[in-house]
Amino acid sequence: MAISREEVRKVSLLARLLLSEQDLDRMTVQLGAVLEYMELLSEVDTGQVEPMAHPLDVTDVLRADEVRPSLDRASALANAPHHDAECYLVPAVLGEE
Amino acid sequence: MSLADLTATELLTRLGTGETSATEVTAAFLRRIEEQDAAVGAFLSVEGERAMAQAEEIDRRRAAGRPVGKLGGLPVAVKDVLCTQGERTTCASRILRDFRPPYDATVVARLKAADAVLIGRTNMDEFAMGGSTENSAFRVTHNPWALDRIPGGSSGGSAAAVAASMAPLAVGSDTGGSIRQPAGLCGITGLKPTYGRVSRFGLVAFASSLDQVGPIAWTAEDAALLLGVIAGHDFHDSTSIDLSVPRYAETIGARPARLRIGLAREHFGEGLDAEVEKAVREAVAVYESLGASVHEVCLPHSKYAVATYYIIAPCEASSNLARYDGVHYGYRSDERKLVAELEAERQAMEKSGDGKGLEGLDNPLVRLYRKTRSEGFGSEVKRRIMLGTYALSAGYYDAYYLKALKVRRLIREDFDRAFRDVDLIAGPITPAPAYPIGSKIDDPLAMYLFDLYTVSGNLAGICGISIPCGFSREGLPIGLQLQAPPFEEERLLQAAHLFQQATGWHKRRPAIE
Repeated sequence: MAISREEVRKVSLLARLLLSEQDLDRMTVQLGAVLEYMELLSEVDTGQVEPMAHPLDVTDVLRADEVRPSLDRASALANAPHHDAECYLVPAVLGEE
Repeated sequence: MSLADLTATELLTRLGTGETSATEVTAAFLRRIEEQDAAVGAFLSVEGERAMAQAEEIDRRRAAGRPVGKLGGLPVAVKDVLCTQGERTTCASRILRDFRPPYDATVVARLKAADAVLIGRTNMDEFAMGGSTENSAFRVTHNPWALDRIPGGSSGGSAAAVAASMAPLAVGSDTGGSIRQPAGLCGITGLKPTYGRVSRFGLVAFASSLDQVGPIAWTAEDAALLLGVIAGHDFHDSTSIDLSVPRYAETIGARPARLRIGLAREHFGEGLDAEVEKAVREAVAVYESLGASVHEVCLPHSKYAVATYYIIAPCEASSNLARYDGVHYGYRSDERKLVAELEAERQAMEKSGDGKGLEGLDNPLVRLYRKTRSEGFGSEVKRRIMLGTYALSAGYYDAYYLKALKVRRLIREDFDRAFRDVDLIAGPITPAPAYPIGSKIDDPLAMYLFDLYTVSGNLAGICGISIPCGFSREGLPIGLQLQAPPFEEERLLQAAHLFQQATGWHKRRPAIE
């Protein structure tokens, strides 16, 4: 297998996903098959090749530093599942101690 | 004959002469949706009343002699991946089920400014990840030519809506073939513009270096009309290119200056269905009879395109989709329940003396992210997030992501070299006609391999079009792909139009049972 069940579990935390034991099994098999297929790339000689992250050569598009209207707070908060008049609300991260 | 059976160009002519009205046209398509969408399932939402009100307003303006936009009164179906202010934009995902964007995507704003009647929002694979539209959280879309078959994807709803004459025009997005492939499988015309031709502002991001928005229609002429409206530089998208946009709809009748057509041996290899190959070769022969010359070209790295794409696209996706956290917008898991679960886990671990477990236990915020995302995303999206996260993680980045970026350049260079000798590259759009719904759903790799002819165009950033070029014995459409160098959409459209002047495949309509 190209990837172990333990690695899949570790990646699920990095990916901020929570997989059931059954999902872990399935994901291990499916990702394994896909990663095995990716091995195909190892036969390509890329020693002298520059990576291409983007199809266009444009870089650093600049604009005048002018103040423009942006989203107001009410609109920015409108879609939040849990908010008060000013903030997004999340569960407490720090304990009571 | 219903107005819904006419092409967009034909309808526009009649609207211009006053022979028909936007109200009549919109009503005809709404009626078609009512009759057929229960069987086809192309739409996630239909805005009948709003569309009629918009059509009436356009008719009033036209009657008063005031200016009307380029699409003046033509219904357009929009893939549910483009933000529309105040209207649910779901990407066919539970995580965005009730998301109402605070602004319009530039493409949507341009459609509105051109007086398109926004008739409804179309189904898709969740977050545009998939090639069958089976990965929608909300409904299955059926191919209008054979209801047990997939319509293709991810813009399967947009393609099926046009193929079933439920909209004369539709907008899709194409990250690895998601416009061209469903257009091919549904027997219509779909164009993926060059990366940078159309603004991505307000297009919900899947893979930011690959995504493009483009037109889906019956004919190249109609696609030219729609592309002319949505293309062009946008202040809000720094990757949109500041190049003048040709008047596609006006120049489409011109013959391309040169017609040297390239055929790549790599496009006719193992796995290509015999009927598809035959139809594609016959289409090339049509071009020859129209004066084109045919040349062999070499795209030696095309066999690596699928592997390269399925590293790069998931990497970009895993990063883009990190924004769905249950905090800023979208679905959120039940907080009280998850805090209680976490507490129960902690107590169980304390009781059993599981020190390692306690150390690794999620804090409530991390658990909120994980539960929200696991409940909100479907399996294919989770697979790609996992794949991308893995490929970008410490120790694997060089072997997967960096390697794929290098092969991407080789794929681009193959095209650059080929386009020195030919004006267009012709080939199949898919290795086979539409497959039965459900037949590949548990085999992601088989699904990915179906994309072998389309993903390289996105990796290279060139443009491509799919046009109907025949039918299988079972009556399923077969698509021809034409590809051209960056920003040569005009050439693609002219060449596609030339073919459609000489053939009748694009005129066939499915009989929906």
